[in-house]
Amino acid sequence: MLRLPRLACLCACLISLTVVLHPVAGRAQSTSDTPLQDVLQSVQAQVASPSRGTVPDVLSALLERDAPGTVEFLRAWQDRGVIERPEDGLFFFANETGGMAELTDIDSGEIVAQVSTRDVNQIRPNAGVRREINAALVQFELMNPDPARRIAALESATRSPDPEQIPALELALASETDARIAARMERLLDLLNARFTTDTATRVDAIDGLRGDISTEARRVLNQLLQTRSDFAQTLPEDANIARIRIPGEDMDLHAAYAVLSDADLFPPRPGRNAIRDVLRANVVNGSVGGVPVHQLNTDDNRVAAYRALQDAGTVPPLVTQADMEAAVAQYVFFDAYLEPDAAVTDAARDALDSTRTRIGAFQALSLSLDALSLASIFFLAAIGLAITFGVMRVINMAHGEFIMMGAYTGYVVQTMIPDYTVSLVVALPLAFGVTFAAGVAMERLVIRHLYTRPLETLLATFGISIALQQLAKNIFGTQARPLTAPDWLAGSLALNDLVSISTLRVGIFFMALMFLVLLLFILNRTRLGLEVRAVTQNPGMAASMGINPDRINMLTFGLGSGIAGVAGVAIGMYAQVTSEMGANYIVQSFMTVVVGGVGSVFGTLAGAGLIGALQKGIEWFNPTNTLAAQTYMVLFIILFIQFRPKGIVALKGRAAGD
Amino acid sequence: MTTKTLLASAAASALLIASGPAFADCPIKVGVLHSLSGSMAISETTLRDVMLMLVEQQNANGGLLGCDIEAVVVDPASDWPLFAERARELLTVNEVDVIFGAWTSVSRKAVLPVLEELNGLMFYPVQYEGQESSRNVFYTGAAPNQQAIPAVDYFLEELGVESFALLGTDYVYPRTTNAILEAYLLSKGIAAEDIFVNYTPFGHSDWSTIVSDVVALGAGGKQVGVISTINGDANIGFYTELSAQGVSADDIPVVAFSVGEEELSGLDTSRLVGHLAAWNYFMSADTPENEAFIAAWHDFIGDTNRVTNDPMEAHYIGFNMWVNAVEAAGTTDVDAVREAMWGQEFTNLTGGTAIMLPNHHLAKPVLIGEIRADGQFDIISQTEEVEGAAWTPYLDESATLVSDWQELGCGMFDTATETCVQLTSNY
Amino acid sequence: MVSTTPTDQPRPARRGLLHTNPSVLWFMGLLGLFTLGVSILSEGMGIGVLSTSMVKILGMTLCLCLIAVCMDVVWGYCGILSLGHFAFFGLGGYAIGMWLMYARTEIVIRDSLSGATIPPTEVEITDAVTAQIFGVVGSSELPLIWSFAGSLPLQLAMVVLVPGLLALVFGWLAFRSRVTGVYLSILTQAMTLALSLYLFQNDTGLRGNNGLSGLQNIPGALHVPQSVLSMWFFWASAFALGAGYLLFAWVVSGKFGSVIKAIRDNEARVRFLGYNVEGYKLFVFALTAVVSGIAGALYYPQAGIINPAEIAPIASIYLAVWVAIGGRGRLYGAVIGAATVSLMSSWLTGGGAPNISFGNYRFLWTDWWLVVLGLGFVAVTLFFPKGIGGLFDYLVRKKP
Repeated sequence: MLRLPRLACLCACLISLTVVLHPVAGRAQSTSDTPLQDVLQSVQAQVASPSRGTVPDVLSALLERDAPGTVEFLRAWQDRGVIERPEDGLFFFANETGGMAELTDIDSGEIVAQVSTRDVNQIRPNAGVRREINAALVQFELMNPDPARRIAALESATRSPDPEQIPALELALASETDARIAARMERLLDLLNARFTTDTATRVDAIDGLRGDISTEARRVLNQLLQTRSDFAQTLPEDANIARIRIPGEDMDLHAAYAVLSDADLFPPRPGRNAIRDVLRANVVNGSVGGVPVHQLNTDDNRVAAYRALQDAGTVPPLVTQADMEAAVAQYVFFDAYLEPDAAVTDAARDALDSTRTRIGAFQALSLSLDALSLASIFFLAAIGLAITFGVMRVINMAHGEFIMMGAYTGYVVQTMIPDYTVSLVVALPLAFGVTFAAGVAMERLVIRHLYTRPLETLLATFGISIALQQLAKNIFGTQARPLTAPDWLAGSLALNDLVSISTLRVGIFFMALMFLVLLLFILNRTRLGLEVRAVTQNPGMAASMGINPDRINMLTFGLGSGIAGVAGVAIGMYAQVTSEMGANYIVQSFMTVVVGGVGSVFGTLAGAGLIGALQKGIEWFNPTNTLAAQTYMVLFIILFIQFRPKGIVALKGRAAGD
Repeated sequence: MTTKTLLASAAASALLIASGPAFADCPIKVGVLHSLSGSMAISETTLRDVMLMLVEQQNANGGLLGCDIEAVVVDPASDWPLFAERARELLTVNEVDVIFGAWTSVSRKAVLPVLEELNGLMFYPVQYEGQESSRNVFYTGAAPNQQAIPAVDYFLEELGVESFALLGTDYVYPRTTNAILEAYLLSKGIAAEDIFVNYTPFGHSDWSTIVSDVVALGAGGKQVGVISTINGDANIGFYTELSAQGVSADDIPVVAFSVGEEELSGLDTSRLVGHLAAWNYFMSADTPENEAFIAAWHDFIGDTNRVTNDPMEAHYIGFNMWVNAVEAAGTTDVDAVREAMWGQEFTNLTGGTAIMLPNHHLAKPVLIGEIRADGQFDIISQTEEVEGAAWTPYLDESATLVSDWQELGCGMFDTATETCVQLTSNY
Repeated sequence: MVSTTPTDQPRPARRGLLHTNPSVLWFMGLLGLFTLGVSILSEGMGIGVLSTSMVKILGMTLCLCLIAVCMDVVWGYCGILSLGHFAFFGLGGYAIGMWLMYARTEIVIRDSLSGATIPPTEVEITDAVTAQIFGVVGSSELPLIWSFAGSLPLQLAMVVLVPGLLALVFGWLAFRSRVTGVYLSILTQAMTLALSLYLFQNDTGLRGNNGLSGLQNIPGALHVPQSVLSMWFFWASAFALGAGYLLFAWVVSGKFGSVIKAIRDNEARVRFLGYNVEGYKLFVFALTAVVSGIAGALYYPQAGIINPAEIAPIASIYLAVWVAIGGRGRLYGAVIGAATVSLMSSWLTGGGAPNISFGNYRFLWTDWWLVVLGLGFVAVTLFFPKGIGGLFDYLVRKKP
């Protein structure tokens, strides 16, 4: 990075802002008609194929010569609006439409030619280059009349902080009118001061200003100040800002410590097993090495003996023993030193970081709980249909997952017809309910009705339906995952701070689950239908004699459970993916949710989902690198849980418990 | 290279004159071993279609050795033992001359022993973890040094990434690739504590915590980058969560090795603009060959919305190389074709020329693309042809291994001991 | 309580067995004829009409028939709808697979190192074997569970012990807490799910999703062609099926059989009669698990590869489907169901079956087979609860 030239031209650049607005004035006007093109040609190769390593050269060349239109060129360049004409290597602004490019001269702004995009080289600066260009443009953009541009400039300065931004920021802050932007500028100035200022007192002040700040930006700056390097010396150097001393054998591996020394050529390297073997191979004389016959060299002991014989004969370097290593390592001190030489700064930074530790821990726990809650609501949503069909009616419906899938595909089909995501969602939810309600009723009438007395066979028959539906979906929609996109108002996230945030979609799913819970409780406990459902499930014969039509009730209940699964499918499809196999992913988990919670109780299902969600996140927290392990142990736990509490968390008592 | 090809084909034709019949039995049979059902059908069905298209084109151009080519399509149904079974059937019952197939590493490993036992020939079109070179397989997809390593170099040099999150699906390709990348990053001076590794199951959808963990790495004071070997459907949830948490490519760039045009067609990509993928082919490559290929594909499949992707190009190159090798050898005999394959050249769809190396991997250019709002990629970096390496030098166990079937006649040759470790592959 | 020593040897049939079960004789005869027929037609031993891959498919089908018989005993006779028997099948496969893989790799390594100037140490050989087996999954240490992988007798013992012990522990826990009916089914399903998730992890030391592969190459018989090896395994599978069939025919006949059938029909009543219901159930569960493990150990060397997807819950559900289609409560029904459905699946998805044209639409079996199977299965459950085996009853009853 070439910092100095940029610093040197800073003032000139700030002036050039006005230059751009008033083309009459000009300091660096050359006699050429094409001043900008001339500058660019002087760094032709770097402009044509930009890379993060070379872009500072281009920027310094451009900003130094300061030809008119430089800033516009930089913007166009990073927006991929510049092309190179291969014949003469000249650069043009390009406007692409359908395979053709309209070339505009970068100095005169006149349209020069229409060519095929294949005949020119499109210049595509990568993200690293764009970041550099943006950082260079910060100085100009900070004064831009458009507040959005000023905010963008602040963001880009936060991303690639650099000491020269300090004066530019101070200048911009002085003239900033928008209070919110001014606040952000002050904060950025603090961060920059903490990191770059040379005056210790100012830095410590700035760092103290970051105490208790849990934002990622602040902690990033503090951690940057606390970066260390590992080193060793015979005695601890006086001038180094020591972070910690490492004691070999305790907090540092002895072999590693010795390797550090041997890498520095202070001691001979310790030969490993392979090295010993190679040495022995190179020293075979008449079928033996150091007196040991070759065929006996198939144990480590014999190999070491042979090596020692060679060592005694002086043909090979000595074997490094444990004692040798200990002796060698004892002569040196191993330590980590801060890259920042000023101890006052690092102390302040460490203090500031320590001050946030407890709060960070608390917020991380909160974040984890939110994730667990969200996961639980997804499990609940997937299982709530089952809570009715299995929990209330005791029908094992293995095709439940496929109803979820049907709902999701309904959402997808609606979305292909109605382009507006919000409207399509509003249409899709009731439609998904309708489709799966109908499917559920059809299935109940055609299949399940005949199997009420044979629950195990219901399981198998519905499994047959499940594989048929899955394959049918594959035949209709193909095997590719289909998009079901959430509307924009569900696509963002709610953030409390940098540590705790949750996506709006998950919040939506949570409320949807809550709504279903209330709705279901209401239907089952407060309506005529609910009363009849409970009557039919508890004693169909008695219910029938009281004038309730059990067939109708069973049909409606099953339809209701299936319909809810369909609506859940739309939500799950938005959150994950719509494939023909999505239902199969949820089916076993859903059954476990219902069983763990306690069959027959909606609250039980809620408790089951809560337990499973919390458990999974809890295990994940212990072992964050392996999500699969968390799922495994969660299932194991459920198996054990059911052994010890076969009726689930919320066990029904008395008659309602059935059996 | 060309002299070698000439020599090889001269040797092959000499052999042929000696052995007599110059023409193979008609029709020449090409086995297509891609899952048409089950979890992998998502990716593999397209490759079956590409093979049918290529066979149709070749037949329209007069077939091969005066014969028509017949594609024998079977469905291993994403069931790995079934891959071995179907491969055996193709080779012994259908008596195909070559197989184009497999996608996942485990399916390839299932087929390997059958191919080596029956001396079959297979073209494997997908980027994979390397550490293998079978006498009977030509790897037309990328080895790690043709995809993963250049992408990491790009992260290190162009984006200045210093802290890496390696996220992958828990299976062999991500595991091995990440092992190689970890060793590579350590050799580049990245500290072990700056490498965060996470594995998730296939089809994982609950990404919230993992994405938060990655975002939290940013507090460490270093530029964070994500290297994703997440496979298949799980990507949809992952990218949805990324965009929901507002992780822009400017803050935390993500480079993916298993996300191509096909995978993005299941996503609204407007929120993913700027994230990256590394491949040897992008549909957006602006060359006449690619334009013709895409036009032929749209024509064949009857849908102009269908995309093309990297494994499709791999089959395109592989099939054409095989056709040329058969013509050069004058026979479909596996041993003769294998010799004619070494040094085969064919024009890439992205420009430049692919060359088949004696280690059965291709020399191909590496492309890095940024996701655009329309689900395509902006190619921002294209290297010269990189030679695919069967064995990675970054892992201790393979540091001294090389593969050269032409000179050494061995796919796993230990240069330290100067011995051929084994002629069959480890599966 | 009946002793639960694992039994893989057929016990001598009592005189009464064949009398009460004439179908056993029929079955053994047909199996013998079938084995003879396949041997004569095979590529490796006979006239070469049946390809090696066909012989392998038939051999594997026999193993599937054996586990279907186990399932029938557990479900059709004892009333436990276990959705987890494929877990035992897979464990048997893994146990033998570890030996196959380790021993084969060791031979390769010893061969390649035998030419070295300095002979290798044992540690070097183990390291090299480990690198070969685990290098592909990005690891370089031999996991603890592979400690016995070099020894065939120990791994063979594991084939029997691991599924048996798992079944004992799981069964003891589940039956003790009186988990029955669909709850038990879901619980067994959770067990397979947990096991397959566990095996899917790379860190558990069984190569994760890759599983164990190259199992068709038998150490010590590396130069025997597959056409001959496939016959060896075919015979072994046929013998195992015959022995297993006899064993279970004996188990389900007589007093023991009556008790377990009574448990199926009314568990509470049997308990009140003073029988140790849990003991009976546990014995049946563990015995079938052991035989399933043996079936798996014979199956996977023919398949060539085992991986956790084999153990996924869906496989065990299919097992129940086979038995239901074949006809529960009769051992030959299970064999018929498993053989018919798995061979038809293999034939129809293999592209062997002719596709049907409906005007513009081509009915591809690869696309529609599962739909047909699923709906056919619903039809069987609704209209023929006795399955294909029920047809035999019908014919037998009609004759006299």
